[in-house]
Amino acid sequence: MFEDFSFFPEAASTVAGRVDAIYLFLVVVTIFFVGLISAALLIFSVRYRRGRGHAPEQVHGSIALEILWSAIPLLIVLFVFGWSAKVFFDVRTVPTEGMEVFVTGKQWMWKLQHPTGHREINSLHVPKGQAVILTMTSEDVIHDFYVPAFRVKQDVVPGMYSQLWFEATKTGTYHLFCAEYCGTKHSQMIGEIVVLEPAAYEAWLAGNPAGRNPVEAGKVLFENLRCATCHAAGSGQRGPDLAGRFGEQVRMRDGQTVIFDENYARQSILEPKSHIVAGFEELMPTYEGQVSEDEILQLIAYIKSLSTGDEEPK
Amino acid sequence: MSVPGAATARTAEPSNYLNAEYSIKSWFLTLDHKRIGLLYLAGLTFFFTLGGLFAVLIRLELLTPEGDLFQSETYNKLFTMHGIFMVFFFLLPSIPAVLGNFFLPLMIGARDLAFPKLNLLSWYIYMVGGLFTLYAMVAGGVDTGWTFYTPYSSVYANSHVIAAALGIFISGFSSILTGVNFIATIHTMRAPGLTWFRMPLFVWAHYATSLIMVLGTPVIAITIVLVAIERLFGVGIFDPAKGGDPILFQHLFWFYSHPAVYIMILPGMGVISEIVACFSRKRIFGYHIIAMSSLAIAVLGFLVWGHHMFVSGQSIYAGILFSLLSMLVAIPSAIKVFNWTATLYRGSIRFDTPMLYTLGFIGLFTIGGLTGIFLASLAVDVHVHDTYFIVAHFHYVMVGGMVMAYLGGLHFYWPKMFGRLYPETLAKIAAVMIFVGFNLTFFPQFLLGYLGMPRRYHAYPEEFQVLNVLSTAGASILGLGFALPMGYLIWSLFRGKPAGNNPWGASGLEWQTQSPPISHNFDEVPIVTEEAYAYDTLRPPAAASPEQEEVLHV
Ligand code: HEC
Ligand SMILES: [Cu+2]
Ligand SMILES: [Cu+2]
Repeated sequence: MFEDFSFFPEAASTVAGRVDAIYLFLVVVTIFFVGLISAALLIFSVRYRRGRGHAPEQVHGSIALEILWSAIPLLIVLFVFGWSAKVFFDVRTVPTEGMEVFVTGKQWMWKLQHPTGHREINSLHVPKGQAVILTMTSEDVIHDFYVPAFRVKQDVVPGMYSQLWFEATKTGTYHLFCAEYCGTKHSQMIGEIVVLEPAAYEAWLAGNPAGRNPVEAGKVLFENLRCATCHAAGSGQRGPDLAGRFGEQVRMRDGQTVIFDENYARQSILEPKSHIVAGFEELMPTYEGQVSEDEILQLIAYIKSLSTGDEEPK
Repeated sequence: MSVPGAATARTAEPSNYLNAEYSIKSWFLTLDHKRIGLLYLAGLTFFFTLGGLFAVLIRLELLTPEGDLFQSETYNKLFTMHGIFMVFFFLLPSIPAVLGNFFLPLMIGARDLAFPKLNLLSWYIYMVGGLFTLYAMVAGGVDTGWTFYTPYSSVYANSHVIAAALGIFISGFSSILTGVNFIATIHTMRAPGLTWFRMPLFVWAHYATSLIMVLGTPVIAITIVLVAIERLFGVGIFDPAKGGDPILFQHLFWFYSHPAVYIMILPGMGVISEIVACFSRKRIFGYHIIAMSSLAIAVLGFLVWGHHMFVSGQSIYAGILFSLLSMLVAIPSAIKVFNWTATLYRGSIRFDTPMLYTLGFIGLFTIGGLTGIFLASLAVDVHVHDTYFIVAHFHYVMVGGMVMAYLGGLHFYWPKMFGRLYPETLAKIAAVMIFVGFNLTFFPQFLLGYLGMPRRYHAYPEEFQVLNVLSTAGASILGLGFALPMGYLIWSLFRGKPAGNNPWGASGLEWQTQSPPISHNFDEVPIVTEEAYAYDTLRPPAAASPEQEEVLHV
């Protein structure tokens, strides 16, 4: 029971130290104010206790003091606000380059897909020193992907994609917890993040069988589900050409513009009628119920690859 | 808790609200705000005990890392029922329903609340709501957590969500009615001369609380109805599989539930203001500022709900805005703490039980408030959100703050309510036990949270055990601490020394009437000529402790 005991969690990501710095600053602020108040309570209690026989002195208040003790806390909280907002901004802004991993949560397990086609359940191997970007969704209720050692956490919500990224700085095995209550076995929806030296990571990849990688798998689906009949460039163009589109603005028939991102692609596949691209008809059928969350992620990976140049459309 | 019988020992005593009538009907159909306050006291004590028992079971399970005492399903139901009973059936009504009901009219020199029948109705509504939820528990329980997050609650949970939610829905109306009643009473029934800025801060706090009750509670009621509609009829509101939006629920839920936190704490702050002034025999420091800060909290409290959703998928910019606003709401609370502390300066301080609770409150609430800043700090919240850090934080505010204030208030006003003194030494021992037990229970949870232990975990990794054992040890002390007052307060109803009308030498109209008060509170409508807390013009109580109070009992 005492073996692994500690008061402070391991810090194993690029942001962990920055979060800890704010935390420790706040701990000092807390100790200072609790100390101040307790000391005042104690000193007043002793000096002005009844029985010492002096009459209480009536003071109504003091505007100067009120201003002072509003202003000082105000300055402190504004400072902490700015500092923590900056770190938060960096934690939440996903870098453009990184190893992309797909995560699907479901009661009560985590399914993870590497860009190489390796799949894992309740564990994720990652290389040290490289940004890892997780695109996450849930098949049922809300879960939450939480790695205390990295100080990162993000809800995993059904019906949409959320993203989370981290860059591990220390090799080792770290807890992965589901932090959003999700039903009976919530506390068993746990796993581990294994951080390896890049070489060891390559070795791990080589030593484990890989399935089709998400882009390849997506391409196969794109053909089998007959997306290509409408979307392949030059085929009479019943649907928009998808090449080079990811990340760009899309103009809709009603004049709105939308960013072509994961959530937009997902919605196009499941609810094509919700946005109609300018210049096109409402031809696309819904694939609701025909594709699993994993498959949608693969389709998106493929559509994305059409823009990053990893794969050229035929 | 029952009261009759207390009166038989004192047949010679003048008529009061307790001995005016004895029949059961005279209690259950009473329109006297004081009796209704006691009815609430009985109901609240029952639900608090129930919620407390669930807490004991939770702490027992967490003694070991393996989930070995209960099934996961049972454990989840335990923490859900603990949360629901404590939040909706104890903390929310607690001080307003018992002390507010009893003392608000007395403090403003009124004969009753503005709408006595509505007042009785709100007690019945509260009880019916409570019984519905109790039914949900007996029928098999609910396992959604008190937060009822969708789509788990609206689609996936197979427990008695609707019955429990309906109970909460119903009891919400009791809150609304109480709020309306208090607001009307404060506006229209103040004694001659009692201007707004002569009102005791207890009254100000209840005014601010009532505003939140009236404005906020309908939102939770609607939210609950929407969950029920989705669950019963499969209409897609929150479930994305049916085109709904699960995050919408969180917005609605916290739009009410964050202000609700202030429904729970503001009345406690009101009680603390009364006690601090009385036991240091001083005018409260910064009266106007304390009064206005209650209103500021009530208003700002409605603008910060998004701080519960920093990692929910809400946009970065929304997160930043909510963080800023949450930082600001800390300031009025800080101001109050400083003012209470300053009130002690050059006072003439006495340390009876109510004052011990008050000193405990100030310290623990300060910790609770400051750890709130951690949670408002975006980057830190990302790490500690939904961990034990949160659990510790809100227990510091709710138990360390609110429950301490409730107990302090109960001890302070007990002599007035029943005309009898509680046993002082025993009460002090209990207060110290509660303080020590409380800290031992919840302080380790801050550490656990920063280490990363998620809340609502039935089983947990081994390295968290040491701190969990400490916490459970603390909880046993805390449990005993709570059991003591339940025992000696009941005892004091029959055997307590007569209290006299004003054992603490307190200012305020409530202390000028008889103890226990007569049914219509005052024989003559009092006329107010001074500010609240005019302790300079008031004679201090003759004895140092109410145990030697023979002199005063007139
Ligand atoms: C019957 C023809 C048809 C099929 C089959 C089809 N689509 Fe479409 N798709 C369209 C049309 C037409 C549009 C543009 C109108 C709209 O927005 O609904 C479109 C729009 C889209 C868009 C948005 C593109 C943009 O430019 O904004 C995406 C992404 C998409 N489809 C993906 C797919 C995928 C993936 C499949 C296969 C699973 C598929 N489509 C199958 C006709 C089709
Ligand atoms: Cu979970
Ligand atoms: Cu809140």
